[in-house]
Amino acid sequence: METLERIIAKHPFFVGLDDGFTNLMVSCASNVRFKAGDYIFKEGDPANTFYLIREGRVAVEVFAPQHKPIIVATLGVGEILGWSWLLPPYHWKNHAHVVEDTRAIALDGKCLRTKCEQNHDLGYEVLKRFARIIEQRLEATRLQLLDVYSARR
Amino acid sequence: MTAGHVLATGEATSPGVSQPAFRVLDASQLQKLIDELLRRDYEVIGPTVRDGAIVYDRVSSVEDLPVGWTDEQEPGHYRLKRRQDQALFGYAVGPQSCKKYLHPADARLWSAEREGSLFRIFNNDTQPKQRYAFLGVRACELMAIALQDHVLLDESYRDPNYGQRRAGAFTIVMQCTQAAATCFCASMGAGPGARGGCDLVFTELLGPKGHRFVVKAGSERGDELLTALETSSASEEDVQAVATALQVAASQQVRSIDTSGIKELLYENFEHSQWDRLAARCLTCANCTMVCPTCFCTTVEDMSDVTGNHAERWRRWDSCFTLSFSYIHGGSIRTSAKARYRQWMTHKLASWIDQFGTSGCVGCGRCITWCPVGIDITAEVRALREGGEHGNP
Amino acid sequence: MTMATTSVTDPMLPRPYLVREVGKETPDTFTLTLDPENGANGGLFLPGQFSMLWVFGVGELPISISGDPALPDRLVYTVRSVGQATHALVSQHVGDSVGVRGPFGAGWPAQAARGRDVIVVAGGIGLAPLRPLIYHVLRNRQDYGRLVVLYGARSPRELLYRKELASWARHRETQVLVTVDYGGLGWRGHVGVVTTLFKYARLQPARSVATICGPEIMMRFVTRELETQGLARDDIYLSMERNMKCGVGFCGHCQYEKHFVCKDGPVFRYEQVRSLLEKYEL
Repeated sequence: METLERIIAKHPFFVGLDDGFTNLMVSCASNVRFKAGDYIFKEGDPANTFYLIREGRVAVEVFAPQHKPIIVATLGVGEILGWSWLLPPYHWKNHAHVVEDTRAIALDGKCLRTKCEQNHDLGYEVLKRFARIIEQRLEATRLQLLDVYSARR
Repeated sequence: MTAGHVLATGEATSPGVSQPAFRVLDASQLQKLIDELLRRDYEVIGPTVRDGAIVYDRVSSVEDLPVGWTDEQEPGHYRLKRRQDQALFGYAVGPQSCKKYLHPADARLWSAEREGSLFRIFNNDTQPKQRYAFLGVRACELMAIALQDHVLLDESYRDPNYGQRRAGAFTIVMQCTQAAATCFCASMGAGPGARGGCDLVFTELLGPKGHRFVVKAGSERGDELLTALETSSASEEDVQAVATALQVAASQQVRSIDTSGIKELLYENFEHSQWDRLAARCLTCANCTMVCPTCFCTTVEDMSDVTGNHAERWRRWDSCFTLSFSYIHGGSIRTSAKARYRQWMTHKLASWIDQFGTSGCVGCGRCITWCPVGIDITAEVRALREGGEHGNP
Repeated sequence: MTMATTSVTDPMLPRPYLVREVGKETPDTFTLTLDPENGANGGLFLPGQFSMLWVFGVGELPISISGDPALPDRLVYTVRSVGQATHALVSQHVGDSVGVRGPFGAGWPAQAARGRDVIVVAGGIGLAPLRPLIYHVLRNRQDYGRLVVLYGARSPRELLYRKELASWARHRETQVLVTVDYGGLGWRGHVGVVTTLFKYARLQPARSVATICGPEIMMRFVTRELETQGLARDDIYLSMERNMKCGVGFCGHCQYEKHFVCKDGPVFRYEQVRSLLEKYEL
């Protein structure tokens, strides 16, 4: 059974960050569990925590009035859920709906962003890592938009 | 050429020829040649004048030929003009080629009859009812036939329709003694002298020694036919006259394509600005593909009668210039005129080499003459090489 | 690579096959099982090859063979109804006759992949031409390493062969991952394009051969991802599609620069087509 510390330190997101901050992250991290059907957060909620998924699947949903919410992507093992905690106004833009029972590590985003404001070198490193995640999501979203399997072009 | 065996390349060979190589046939004997072919059950196809052009049709008499006519050809321009003499083959090429008969524009592949929920296919009607004897095949056309032979007979699959027409065909080449302004067969290695397997090679000569043909058999069949005609042996002068005439025809050619590295030139210039200039002119009318003697693209059409019990599949000429040519679910791949012209030219001059081992162009110049806007393929190659606008307005 | 089942004398002549079964896969996609009218081994083919299927009086289409190559007594095709001819094909009833020519084309590298891991990436109807390869690998399990199947479709309703996908996953050393572009109610699986599955796939890139089939845009994204994962270009294979009228190299329609998709393809090594995939209106 791996310790929180080992998991966090090894994860691509944290590799290369100053040890001091990694330790700080570990000290503010906790194991969390969600059951299928739970909402980890909802659009509009204050965003102060982000999650490293260890098991299960979480759907990112768009809330549409008079509609059931629409799933735009699912995130699974090893993926990071949530970046709205990093940028103002620090509110979630989507729902995070648990599809399969999920275990994750919850990380203190508020703490991390305060440190980023104080230490811009750290801030740059963190933003670089998130930029990579956002880029991958954007590429995937673009391909999704093309609707390549549809019968009509 | 022995029936059923087709030579793709190489000089005209004379297997088993009993007579010395060159003979002379007086022009007055040409009717006898036609008669002998008809007697042997060939349908004789030769040049005739119709609708202001020299077109291939059945001929039964020397009078059917374009006696005393020549052609004046420029980009987008074709006119028949009177000659000063009575030459029978005193022109370059008309809009058609032997493709009209060997790889016809319409051919029924098979028919089917429905029987309840089943059907039966009938592979009838593929036998041509007659064998063709082509009188007056130009060297460029002979080369074009060899190129189509390769595409339709020598690759993974064999087209039996083409094969049957081809095996029965008797070819009498008439070497050019003059060139039109749009000819460039010399630079493509396809003429004016005949290269490749055929039955007879003729060269028409006029002058003080009289109107005559210097002839050479290219096959047993051709040799056999010659023995049925009155020929005399050709003198050194006659043979030299032929060589000179061919040189004259070659030197008259004002156009050429520099074929060195042409494959790379076309493959690597996919984004060249010249294609945009071409696209502004090309009407995608497909004339070039119809008159081109090597273009082989076809489509199939399935049809059934009103009762729905009888179905047929027809093969028809098609052209890469049509929008539907590249259509797949979701749309056509080549929608712009630019893409379609580029496809045609690249295929003809470059891809053909990778696909079939030779260029697909024989330098006959028909595409230049019959393009309504006068696009000149030789000028386009030059433009690609020189990286800019060249030639045509 | 050609097989003797097509007419040697005239490759344009169809042979009548009987429709034995018509099964519905999705609202617009059906699987036809055909028997040769005169019995025997009319169903020999290599995974990746296609047939030209003719519906009496309507027309003819190239359709990939999607059955099991080890069952030579039948030919199976999964067809999506998108136009007049495909609609006619999927509307055939048991006992009707369909004209078959082929099999044509170069198939998947079943031989070259022996001893290696096989990655199958399919998008939409693209799983149909790959299914024979999957059958072949599973039937000859000891000749291959890991099998990883990554499959993406538009929505859960449009997934093909759902039961088989589940059964394939139960084989040893076999991983099957499925995703949809648009999830729906009740869908508990992945949502996202097929490239998003790579992060969950257990790959050994240096030992792998990848085979891809789907819309051209999808294949380009996937080849990019495979290269990022570390696969060599020579180990990536795609199945291309172009207009076909004859299937045997006579009509000229399927040309893709110097290649004839009907006889040089439809399966190509990535290296053969890499520079061509980027060319607009080639």
